[in-house]
Amino acid sequence: MREVAVIGVGCTTFGEKWNISFRDLFVQAGALALEDARVSGEQIGAMYVGNMSAGRFIEQEHIGALIADYAGLATTHIPSTRVEAACASGGLSFRQAFISVASGIEDIVVAAGVEKMTDVASGTSVEALAGAADREWEGFVGATFPGLYAMIANDYMNRYPLTREQLAQVAVKNHYNGARNPIAQFQQEITLETVLKSTLVADPLRLFDCSPITDGAAAVILAPLEMARDFTDTPVKVLASSQASDTIALHDRRDISTLDATVAAGKRAFAMSGLTPKDIDLVEVHDCFTIAEICAIEDLGFCRKGEAGRFTEEGATALHGDLPVNTSGGLKACGHPVGATGIKQICEVVMQLRGEAGKRQIDGARIGMTHNVGGTGATVAVHILGV
Amino acid sequence: MVGIITYGVYIPRFRIKVEEIAKVWGANPDDISGGLGVYSKSVPDLDEDTATIAVEAARNALRRRDIDPKEIGAVYVGSESHPYAVKPTACTVGEAIGATPIMTAADYEFACKAGTAGIQTCMGLVASNMVKYGLAIGSDVAQGAPSDALEYTAAAGGAAFLIGNCDPIAEIHRTCSFTTDTPDFWRREGQDYPRHGGRFTGDPGYFRHIEGAVRLIFEQTGKCPKDYTYAVFHQPNAKFPQRIAKILGFSPEQIKPGLVVPRLGNTYSGSSMIGLAATLDCARSNDRIFVASFGSGAGSDAFDIEVTDAIESGDFRREAAPSVERLLENPIYVNYAQYARHKGKIVMQK
Repeated sequence: MREVAVIGVGCTTFGEKWNISFRDLFVQAGALALEDARVSGEQIGAMYVGNMSAGRFIEQEHIGALIADYAGLATTHIPSTRVEAACASGGLSFRQAFISVASGIEDIVVAAGVEKMTDVASGTSVEALAGAADREWEGFVGATFPGLYAMIANDYMNRYPLTREQLAQVAVKNHYNGARNPIAQFQQEITLETVLKSTLVADPLRLFDCSPITDGAAAVILAPLEMARDFTDTPVKVLASSQASDTIALHDRRDISTLDATVAAGKRAFAMSGLTPKDIDLVEVHDCFTIAEICAIEDLGFCRKGEAGRFTEEGATALHGDLPVNTSGGLKACGHPVGATGIKQICEVVMQLRGEAGKRQIDGARIGMTHNVGGTGATVAVHILGV
Repeated sequence: MVGIITYGVYIPRFRIKVEEIAKVWGANPDDISGGLGVYSKSVPDLDEDTATIAVEAARNALRRRDIDPKEIGAVYVGSESHPYAVKPTACTVGEAIGATPIMTAADYEFACKAGTAGIQTCMGLVASNMVKYGLAIGSDVAQGAPSDALEYTAAAGGAAFLIGNCDPIAEIHRTCSFTTDTPDFWRREGQDYPRHGGRFTGDPGYFRHIEGAVRLIFEQTGKCPKDYTYAVFHQPNAKFPQRIAKILGFSPEQIKPGLVVPRLGNTYSGSSMIGLAATLDCARSNDRIFVASFGSGAGSDAFDIEVTDAIESGDFRREAAPSVERLLENPIYVNYAQYARHKGKIVMQK
């Protein structure tokens, strides 16, 4: 297996992009990544794109060919593949690109993610997203994602010492980071009171516990490590790539407050890299809801089960805490264009490791992790990157 | 110069509080009122509709000035709730005020700005000497589907402006419009309630179009916000006009007299026109008033208006018809059941 590096990253601004189409979002992100990597279109061997539900959101399927075409690569007949695993589509797209380069089949590969969610009314979005859960056993009986994560939160709060304020602190911290990220959908800081007084969505989750509906795209360029310095002075090495699955329905899990797929993917990533949680300088976790971040930092091994609330409250996960979590603002503040999120997490870690994260830069960051979840934890992708 | 000869307003006396609607749908009243800045909205009586409101507004306008109705050569009623799909409200109004039969008339629809489009049409007819006076009315009994966000604000009311060039109480120095095909809000033939694109009605709709019209008229006139005593913007809620005022550089004091939405709700075609009427209620000679309406679909009409000495002369009797403030006083509050009956939301057995 060849060693692999990220040689370029590009991300659109995230938000309600009323005047930018799906294909234009992708082209913007791709062009930024190619420019960053100083790679020309003809040098690309293959493309992977994470996208959850263009069929529901913009009534467009066959995304692989679409993006190759609008990237100007139709005449090179480049292999271009759509990867779908709900909100983990981006993370799996990156993993497919990594496998492609590591195996020696391709040299320069694009891993991208894109989602255009605001062309439909919010009710239709919620319905499309519900397709990430078990339609027969969850969706058809009325479960939505806020509802499912609220069940996790209720179960967790019954069993472990997590206060409502500690849960809210996750959103406060992520908005603080988002306010320092120029691509973030929400660039304003909030207080605990903002979260605690916001509209109740699914008890105990309130509006500010939930990630938003977002348009956006992100792209990264991967290359064999031995070729990376031909393109960039600052290659970022992929130290581990792992993926795990679990039951698609929440109620079939061994324990609904522990995402076993996160535990498995985390362990595999640490084993592959020979690292431990103590070695990680920063982590981008999948905070689709505040409770998801609480579970993630425990399930990845950064603190013991039941301790994440206190860990968060004491500032350990804050921008300059012991383990900065979601320096990008996370899904909560940076936004959550579902197919693009996994790639945006990679972009954030690469920028941090290259020292290009501006006002949210973690000094001396050398190793970063990403954690991307599909559904309520039926698919998880974990990556570790280092310089 | 072409301008406003007289004006009149009508608002039904019934109101429903936003919290009463919120209770029915299990929403938090403070979230709704706080988010919209609207606390109550007007509700038509059982026998009130766009036509009766338009007639009352027109009569109130004519009470303020001695005008021979036979000299009104054009009547335009802008609304998105005309009682008939085919049969003009404007003819009913013309007949009721005695302007028929030597007149032209038509109903307009441009979401919330059909009334100001009527003003522009009348300005053209007057300026070209085709008519002596033209009557432009914005009137609505606005529809909001049960539990939809619009239900909290969709209100009833109207305003009538008589346009002419003989001794106007306010001159309209210039008007211009900014219009695109933007599907932010619509109601198809046969549908009872409009649909909308949620927040899409905001930045790409309201804000883009009003900003477009305002910047255009400022370019044409060389004026800026500080040249105006007052400003009126379309007010679907209280937040939007306050935000657009801030973006454009108008102060809260400039928009205050015309910001009637917190107690009145959104009277759609009547909205910016009632705001202008409320401003004229307190205006004095030489005051300069800026107006920008907005209609989904989408467009904005901007107006540069200057109040003349005529507003304080004996020919114009402001007190002869009720001010907007008086029409907002002493409301009769109804509960949701009464409101549902008034609005025809309860289907009766035939």
